[in-house]
Amino acid sequence: MPNDQAVSDSIAASARAALSAVEPRPGVPKPDPIMVADHVRRSFGGLTAVNVEHVEIQRGAITALIGPNGAGKTTFFNLITGFDDANEGTWTFNDRQVAGTAPYKLARIGMVRTFQLTKALSRMTVIDNMRLGAKHQTGERFFAAILPFLWNSQEKSVGQKAMGLLERFNLHEKVGDFAGSLSGGQRKLLEMARALMADPELIMLDEPMAGVNPALKQSLLGHIKTMREEGTTVLFVEHDMDMVHDISDWVIVMAQGEVIAEGPPDTVMKDQAVIDAYLGAHHEAQLTETGESLTESSDGDSA
Amino acid sequence: MDWSFVLTQTLTQAIGIQAIIYCLAAIGLNVQFGYTGLLNFGQVAFVAAGSYAVGVIVLTFDLSLWLAIVVGVVVALVIALILGIPTLRLRADYLAIVTIAFSELVRLTVRSIAFKDVLGGAQGLNGKLGQDFHDTNPLPADFQSLPVLSWTRQDLWVVIVGWILVALFTLLVWLLVRSPWGRIVRGIREDEAAVVSLGKNVFAYKLQALMLGGVIGAFGGIVWAVAKQSVQPDTFRPEFTFFAYTILLLGGAARVFGPIVGAILFWIILAGTGEFLGQAIQAGWIDFLQPTDVGNIRFVLMGSGLIALMVFRPQGIFGDRRELALDAK
Ligand SMILES: Nc1ncnc2c1ncn2[C@@H]1O[C@H](COP(=O)(O)OP(=O)(O)OP(=O)(O)O)[C@@H](O)[C@H]1O
Ligand SMILES: [Mg+2]
Repeated sequence: MPNDQAVSDSIAASARAALSAVEPRPGVPKPDPIMVADHVRRSFGGLTAVNVEHVEIQRGAITALIGPNGAGKTTFFNLITGFDDANEGTWTFNDRQVAGTAPYKLARIGMVRTFQLTKALSRMTVIDNMRLGAKHQTGERFFAAILPFLWNSQEKSVGQKAMGLLERFNLHEKVGDFAGSLSGGQRKLLEMARALMADPELIMLDEPMAGVNPALKQSLLGHIKTMREEGTTVLFVEHDMDMVHDISDWVIVMAQGEVIAEGPPDTVMKDQAVIDAYLGAHHEAQLTETGESLTESSDGDSA
Repeated sequence: MDWSFVLTQTLTQAIGIQAIIYCLAAIGLNVQFGYTGLLNFGQVAFVAAGSYAVGVIVLTFDLSLWLAIVVGVVVALVIALILGIPTLRLRADYLAIVTIAFSELVRLTVRSIAFKDVLGGAQGLNGKLGQDFHDTNPLPADFQSLPVLSWTRQDLWVVIVGWILVALFTLLVWLLVRSPWGRIVRGIREDEAAVVSLGKNVFAYKLQALMLGGVIGAFGGIVWAVAKQSVQPDTFRPEFTFFAYTILLLGGAARVFGPIVGAILFWIILAGTGEFLGQAIQAGWIDFLQPTDVGNIRFVLMGSGLIALMVFRPQGIFGDRRELALDAK
């Protein structure tokens, strides 16, 4: 274990080192971007939900996307993954233009996302949810499906992979249960594990910690670090500043649809523009300092 | 009152030709609605496609029945594409609206005077439609009737082959739904976006389900034309689709044997009440009904039964209550 820890630390260190020379300003170019977005705009009627001039996501790093409620984070996720159509803009994934590509194709080429409102398939068992995530399954083709001998062995190996992940996410005792019988936090875990079944190159997690208890949070942080160790690029939306602080190599801040700040966690959380965006202008509080969360500090102020 | 007549008539119809036709239509709906969640309210159009393929190819063009079956399948596939391609990317209700409208459009078109030469207009197509099939009848020529089930030699052969078809399609559905393909369509039924996010081409799967269900429905129509040796446009009314849904719900949607159980039950209820009421009126037990009311009363009873089922056992006879209870998102 200490050895693993050392490896993990060194990967984290190298991910951070790659970004250390990057200037902390919105839209800054990265040394090795997996995704680059330009002029992405989406409005709902008169409201411009997303208006991102330029943003790059560093390969192999854990990037946090933060911002107050309604900042446009989820909408940005939806646009990038093809679940919503941008009014304008282009973006590349692995140097390939992917704006306008069907969402299932984006998932196939390695851009897999989870949802803020969890989408565990509740009428299916946990293991079936997991199996659904695996790519290139012969038995998913119509004519092959009716000939089980064509896909039985693949089904078995998919099942083994699923069991491995379920164990990692502490869901292995729920294998045969309907996903609908899981708790909210367990569904988040299942959704994340299911996304990993698809071997993503870039995994995009929309609030993975929402509704997860503190003890589990720690192990979730571990899982996300493990993803990075295995070479997966992680982009996640999160409101829990401590978590953002703990695991992210880079933080991008959105407010009112625009990227207003970028940088390593320490730098960003001291940024006055970020504090203003979260707490309103002329506010003294800091986002994290002694570990108290944002809500606690604002509660303290209003009291 | 002739109880044995009521019983034999009921039994004959419960597993008779009509039950087979509706069962096939319901197996198709089970693939579309039960497993994939597609609201196809125009299943009767696929049935009509099967029937008319037989009528037109055999009678109008004087070609073989076997060719007609191939044509029926192809037409069903084409209809599924026409209905599916524009609607399956949209919200679920669009398919429902388009299919019900389309099925009426089909009926009104085939009965219209404009195509009378080919499609027979309001009289439909009547003649030796199923001759190629009936020529294959292996039953002895002097066959009279089975002990209880009062089918003619010709009908019995249709019934035998019909149930074989039902068994084959049931086997096909069973193989499909327990495969990774089935896992995807069940996922689609619950939440398309989740399935898309895992890299599955949801649109293609919905189209496949619509096509398969349509082809199975078309076989219902083929059996119909062959058995009755006649194709009548006005038998293809929207009610047909709703009866097929009733059958599916009776037996339990998304259950492999749901359509079979449902079809048999449906005809037991329909034929049983019909024969019973008919006899009871004749025997003077019931004096507030005329024999002509019986047809309608049957459907009142069927409707009440369906309501009771939905209240007390919404998952159908075979359904899994747990699956239904897990609706939480
Ligand atoms: N489908 C929609 N129709 C209309 N307005 C929308 C729609 N989706 C999002 N919006 C608006 O766009 C803005 C950004 O919403 P979005 O969900 O992206 O915020 P978010 O940053 O994810 O917030 P949160 O942290 O609360 O999840 C909000 O003002 C929201 O009201
Ligand atoms: Mg959001």
